[in-house]
Amino acid sequence: MFAYLAKRVIQAIAVMFVISLIAFAIQGNLGDPLRELVGQSVSEEVRQQLRDELGLNDSFVTQYLRFAGNALQGDLGTSYFFKEPALDVILKKLPATLELVFGATLIIIGFSVPLGVYTAIKPDTIISRIIMGLSIVGISIPVFLTAILMIFVFSVEYGWLPSYGRGDTVHVWGYWETNFATADGWTHIILPSFALASIMLPLFVRLIRAEMMEVLQSEYVKYAKAKGIKPWRIYFVHALKNTLLPVITVGGVQIGTMVAYTILTETVFQWPGMGFMFLEAVNRVDTPLIVAYLIVVGFIFVVTNTVVDLIYGLVNPTVNIARMGA
Amino acid sequence: MSETVIPNDRPSRWSRMWNSNMGYSFRRNPVAVVSMIVFLMIAFAAFLAPVIAPYDPYDPANIDIMNSEYPPIWVDGALPEFMLGTDDQGRDLWSTILYGTRLSLLIGICAVALQAFLGISIGLIAGYVGGRLDSLLMRLADIQLSFSTLMVAIIFLAVTQAMFGSDTFNRYAVVFLIAVIGVAEWPQYARTVRATVLAEKKKEYVDSARVLGFGPLRIMVRHILPNSLSPIFVISTVQVANAIISEASLSFLGLGMPPSQPSLGSLISSGFDYIFSGSWWITAIPGVVLVVLVLVINLLGDWMRDVLNPKLYKG
Repeated sequence: MFAYLAKRVIQAIAVMFVISLIAFAIQGNLGDPLRELVGQSVSEEVRQQLRDELGLNDSFVTQYLRFAGNALQGDLGTSYFFKEPALDVILKKLPATLELVFGATLIIIGFSVPLGVYTAIKPDTIISRIIMGLSIVGISIPVFLTAILMIFVFSVEYGWLPSYGRGDTVHVWGYWETNFATADGWTHIILPSFALASIMLPLFVRLIRAEMMEVLQSEYVKYAKAKGIKPWRIYFVHALKNTLLPVITVGGVQIGTMVAYTILTETVFQWPGMGFMFLEAVNRVDTPLIVAYLIVVGFIFVVTNTVVDLIYGLVNPTVNIARMGA
Repeated sequence: MSETVIPNDRPSRWSRMWNSNMGYSFRRNPVAVVSMIVFLMIAFAAFLAPVIAPYDPYDPANIDIMNSEYPPIWVDGALPEFMLGTDDQGRDLWSTILYGTRLSLLIGICAVALQAFLGISIGLIAGYVGGRLDSLLMRLADIQLSFSTLMVAIIFLAVTQAMFGSDTFNRYAVVFLIAVIGVAEWPQYARTVRATVLAEKKKEYVDSARVLGFGPLRIMVRHILPNSLSPIFVISTVQVANAIISEASLSFLGLGMPPSQPSLGSLISSGFDYIFSGSWWITAIPGVVLVVLVLVINLLGDWMRDVLNPKLYKG
C-alpha cells in the first residue's frame, strides 16, 4: 500500500512540475511585463536596466527556479488589471465556482441514483424507456444551450428566476460568501446549477444503470433473492453498495471536468466565479492571472485524481495489486 | 487452350453488407434507420452548401446590415426571401446555417480522424511492444484523460489567441480547433486498441504470421488492426458527436470560429446577445440543428454498440 501511495504522489508531483513548466513558458511568451509596468515612453537604456533588475535577462533555468520558488510560496504574480496578487483574485472567485459545482453535484446525486436504479430494476417499462431516451437527448445538448434555453424559458418568458449574477450573498468566512443563506441567493443559483448538472446527469444515470444491471446478474444477488430478503433491501442495500464503487471513481474524475464546464455556465449566467474571470483575463491578456488560473486548475485536477485513485486503491484491493505490478 | 472462367457469383460488397448481421439489425431498428436518414440529409445539405444556399454568407457584398434580425417566414414581419430569417449582421440564416453545419461537421470528423490516427498508432505500439514503453504510454494516457478535454482546449486556445492576436488566430481557427480536439482525446482510442491488441496478440494467427517472417509493422497494421476494428467504429461515432459539441462550446466562448465565418457554435453565441430583445431565432434554429445532428450521431453510436460489441459498454 505504501509503495502505491508513494507512486501516486510522485506522479502527481511530476504532473504539477510539467504544468508549472507550461505555465512558465506561457508567462515568458505572452505579453511584455515591461510594457505593462512602464508603458512605451521609456528609453532603451532604462529598459535594459529594468530588464536586468527584474531578472528578465537571466537564464531560463534561473528564471524558472525563481518562478517555481515564488509559486510554492503562493506568489503567482500580480494581476495587471486588478493590481492585486493573482492568487488572491482567484481565491476570491473560487467560492462562487465551488458553490455552483456543489449545487450541481447535489442535483446529480439526487436524481441519478433513483433514476439509474429504477431503470436497472425495471428496464422494460415505458417510464424506463422514456428516461433512457431523455438521457441520450440530454447527452446531445451542449451545456451552454441548456443554459440559454433555461434563461429563455424561466427568465425571459415567465420571469420566475433571475438570469444572471449571484444575487444576495452572505459573508461566511474569509473570501467565502454563500448563496445558500438567502432566498434571493437560492433563486440565483438554481438555474446555473441545473444547467451545469444537465451535462453529467444523463452520463450518471446510464452509468449507474449499467453497473446496477451487471450487479443484479451476480451470484450473491441471486442468493439473497433465494434467501427471501425483501427486494428493496436487495436493491438499495446489497446491490447499490457494489454499484457505487465505480460510480464514485468516475464521479471524482468528473468533478474536475465540471470545473471546465463551469466556464461555460458562468459565461452564460455571468456568474462571478473563476471561469468567468478567466475568460475576461484572456480578453485583457492579463498574463499573471491566466498563469495563476492554469496552476490552480491544474492543482485541483491533480489533487482530485490522486485522491480518487487512492480511495479506489484502498477500497478495492484487486485494482491496487494490478497497478502495483504495472 | 481453354481459359478458365471464374463465375462471378460473389455478391457485391453492398449486398453483402445488406445481408450481414449488421445490415439485418439495421433494417429491424427504426431508430437507427431514421437517424441514418436524418444524418445523411444533414451531411448532404452541409457539404453541398455552396450549391443549395441561396446566399454566400462569407461574401460581404451579399450582406446588408439593413437586413439584420428579420424573423423566419412563419413569424409576422418577415421578408419572403429569407426563409429562416436573418442574423444580427443581416446574413440569411438558412445559408449561414448550411455553411456553419459544414464547418462543424468538417472539424468534428477531421478532429476524430486525428484522434484515431494518434490513438490507434500509440495503442498498437503499446499493446504489441509491451514492457516499459507500454506502461509509460498508458501512464501518459491516464494523465491526459484525467484532464478534461474541454479544459485543455480552452486553455490552449485562449493562450494561442492571446499570443497570436485575434486576426491570425481567426484565419487558422479551423486548424487550431482540429489540432487541439484531435490531440486531447487520443487516449480514448489508445486504451481500447491496446486492450484488443493484448487479446489478439495471443492468438495463433499472429504467431503464424511471425513464423512466416512478417515484420512487426505488417503484423500490427495488416493482421491485428483489422481484428480490432469494431470497437474503433463504436468509439468513433461517439467521438464525432463529442468533438462537434466541443467545437460548438469553444466557438460559443469565442475561442473557436470567428463570427465572420461562423460554425453552429459561434452562430448560437452571436444570437445569444439578442435573445433578450426577442430575436430568439438566431440562437434557436442553429441550436436545434446542432442538437439534432449530435443526437442522430449518438443514436447511431448506441445502435452500433449494441450490435458490434455489447461488452464494451461501461459508462
